[in-house]
Amino acid sequence: MKTRVFVTLKNGVLDPQGKAIHHAIENLGFSGVNDVRAGRLFEIEHEPGLSTTDIETMCTKLLANMVIENFEIEQAV
Amino acid sequence: MRAAVIQFPGSNCDRDMAVAIRQITGADTHIMWHRETELPEKLDLIAIPGGFSYGDYLRSGAMAARSPIMQAVVAAAHRGVPVLGVCNGFQILTEAGLLPGALMRNAGIRFVCRNVQLTVENNQSIFTNQYEAGQSIICPVAHHDGNYFADDETLDRLEGDGRIAFRYAEPVNGSARNIAGILNASGNVLGMMPHPERMIEPLQGGSDGRRLFEGLIREIA
Repeated sequence: MKTRVFVTLKNGVLDPQGKAIHHAIENLGFSGVNDVRAGRLFEIEHEPGLSTTDIETMCTKLLANMVIENFEIEQAV
Repeated sequence: MRAAVIQFPGSNCDRDMAVAIRQITGADTHIMWHRETELPEKLDLIAIPGGFSYGDYLRSGAMAARSPIMQAVVAAAHRGVPVLGVCNGFQILTEAGLLPGALMRNAGIRFVCRNVQLTVENNQSIFTNQYEAGQSIICPVAHHDGNYFADDETLDRLEGDGRIAFRYAEPVNGSARNIAGILNASGNVLGMMPHPERMIEPLQGGSDGRRLFEGLIREIA
């Protein structure tokens, strides 16, 4: 089984990397991009027995820093 | 006096830190590998040095904060053992939950490596008692993720409780309220981005960092 975890910065937390990427996109000649925020994707291969609660615990204990980040869990097929 | 310096894969200021502690405080200083699960008995100081532990994988300090030795460090900190985290050590202390907030990528994106001017905000702590309140000191910084972030409530609490130990005299990395170093609520844990251990004798360009270690002798010996 595969579960995906998306970790993103909380609203209001400045994202200098996202800003730099935004500038780089504009430098490539694309216009109309209003904002870019960078995050992380984890793909976790696991046994079916692993519960969503276990994955949530992994997120709060390690994958995300809850001071600055949020996470979303998605069951992949 | 007995001290431990914690060494992770990727630490690079462990030796400088050990030399500073030995030279200034005379402490019997042990360098402890991160796989250890127990610290020496009767420790008077634990130092978490700078560097790039675990290659800064995931987030700076995140992996180190979950390594075996850190459980012993957290337990010792709760017992009141003084803990000093410098640079990556500060990042590790926030990741381990011993200090509030987080250290994010520098606002200017660039790695900052230069001497900066700091203001001593609190000279009542075990780490800062040899400085004057409001004193300006020069200390080197060398980091990519030194941009201190915490919510307003936490920042107000830090200010109100006198837990901001050092502030940058001018913006260096985008840190909230120019915070360079903070204390925990009981005052026995200090995290700071600048490197006092790299400023302990004139050959290094100054010795303003020396007093931090001298302060510890007075408190502990």
